[in-house]
Amino acid sequence: MTAPVLAIQAVRRAFGALVALNRVSFEVAPRERRAIIGPNGAGKTTLFNVITGQLTPTSGRILLEGAPIGGLAPHSVARRGISRSFQRNNLFPTLPVQENLRLAAAVAAPGTWDLLGSIARRRGPLDRAREVAEVVGLSERLAEPAGRLSYGEQRQLEVGVALATSPRLLLLDEPTAGMSPEETRRMTRMLEALPRDVTLLIIEHDMDVVGSLADRVTVLHYGEVLAEGTFAEVKADPRVYEVYLGSA
Amino acid sequence: MTIRLLAFAAVVVALALFPLTAGNYPVKLLQEILIWGIFAMSLDLLMGYAGMVSFGHSAFFGIGGYVAALALDKSPGLLSALVLPALAAGLAALVIGFFSIRVSGVYFIMLTLAFSQMFYAYTFQVGWLGAEDGLVGIPRPAVPGWDVSSLRGFHGYLLTLVALSALVLWRIVRSPFGHVLRGIHENEARMETVGYAVDRYKLLAFVIAGVFAGLAGSLYAQFNGSITPDAFFWKTSGEALLMVIIGGTGTLGGAMLGAAAFILLQSLVSTYTERWMLILGVTFVLLVLFAPGGIVGALRGRVGLRA
Repeated sequence: MTAPVLAIQAVRRAFGALVALNRVSFEVAPRERRAIIGPNGAGKTTLFNVITGQLTPTSGRILLEGAPIGGLAPHSVARRGISRSFQRNNLFPTLPVQENLRLAAAVAAPGTWDLLGSIARRRGPLDRAREVAEVVGLSERLAEPAGRLSYGEQRQLEVGVALATSPRLLLLDEPTAGMSPEETRRMTRMLEALPRDVTLLIIEHDMDVVGSLADRVTVLHYGEVLAEGTFAEVKADPRVYEVYLGSA
Repeated sequence: MTIRLLAFAAVVVALALFPLTAGNYPVKLLQEILIWGIFAMSLDLLMGYAGMVSFGHSAFFGIGGYVAALALDKSPGLLSALVLPALAAGLAALVIGFFSIRVSGVYFIMLTLAFSQMFYAYTFQVGWLGAEDGLVGIPRPAVPGWDVSSLRGFHGYLLTLVALSALVLWRIVRSPFGHVLRGIHENEARMETVGYAVDRYKLLAFVIAGVFAGLAGSLYAQFNGSITPDAFFWKTSGEALLMVIIGGTGTLGGAMLGAAAFILLQSLVSTYTERWMLILGVTFVLLVLFAPGGIVGALRGRVGLRA
């Protein structure tokens, strides 16, 4: 078996008396697409925040390709190859679509400290921005300020910004949140078409999306891992049915 | 881009020729505008581009002025007039920025204000800096092949430095680094998540702004031949803030226009009435209400200039 891209080991995160994550352990293999599901308040977004450095784990270890990253600052985590999108659109609203993507693409390229050069001469990030715009279906909207896009387009850009940094591990927090069925289908097709070398961790409520996208599913409930397996296995698990699918 | 450069060159030439047609007082006024313009532009780099509203920018203006005064007294050369004041202000900005950028919003405003007022309190009291009278009789530097001691001689020297500073600042806000600053202004948390060490970029922006504010302070000391603790006072920071807002934040050119509007209004109105501050205040209120984008914002709306 190959070494996991991401290993979560007995991670706990408490906010005072409230334990948002408890004894959470799981591993994600390279090229895998893993869905995290669970009822509201199960700790899914907290888990993402702990992985990407927005929160420090109270205890436990988080390993990216064997190297501990728990407690690092968000920018350091990002530089190590983890990128994320947010449940609520978190963009650069007055900047054009292309610039939203270019800023993300430029972070790993040399020259972000260049004080006197021009961005037009640094082709790499610009090309990457256009490439990602193509992937997320915003090629026609490059010059539009992000804040003027439709909600669905902003969701696409949200994923695009996360993708533009060329991460090895991509964390998507409910990319289809608030989308119409048609927009959800388009987003799902887009995610399915992502290159396989990007390992994917996705929080999702829409079971059709989970079913068509995820290789494996981890179920969180009250901050603990309730079950893990393929979508079919998890769906057949009576405990999962009880706490989650049954109530849906 | 080339059109902008040509327009810029045309303005510089016009400003260079101005003393040929004007009397001493208008020339002095223009020089004061140019100096404050650079100071306001350096603040606009922070406010308008990086989104850091500092209320203590006078600290670097004052340091530039005092270091120039001390250094020019020892050796009146360009090193004393330009390099040392800018370096000292940059160094001070590194230290003050290191502490200040950890907080944002109102706390950043208060912290930067507190630092600048500390300098004010210190210079106001210590004898070796002339206490409340400040330092007087500052010689102008000896510039090879250029006599800058006269009003008109000083003009070319000043205009060259101001034009160069404006060009450098203009390049910086359009550079990859400048675009990172805009991203931070727009959404600091997302920039951090994408992988930018936001604090380091903010610190460098703070230092660059400090360097140009220091240069402005030094030119101000050379222009007046004196420097007083007032250079450090919060009013100095406040006036620069007003200039940036009047002109239009995030435009650089607006800061210069704001400085011109502020100083012209001040000198025009104050010849008619003692209550010029009142009139300036009302003007400012009207401007913010009806032209929130400042002079540049209003011009863009009217003439259709693009950003």
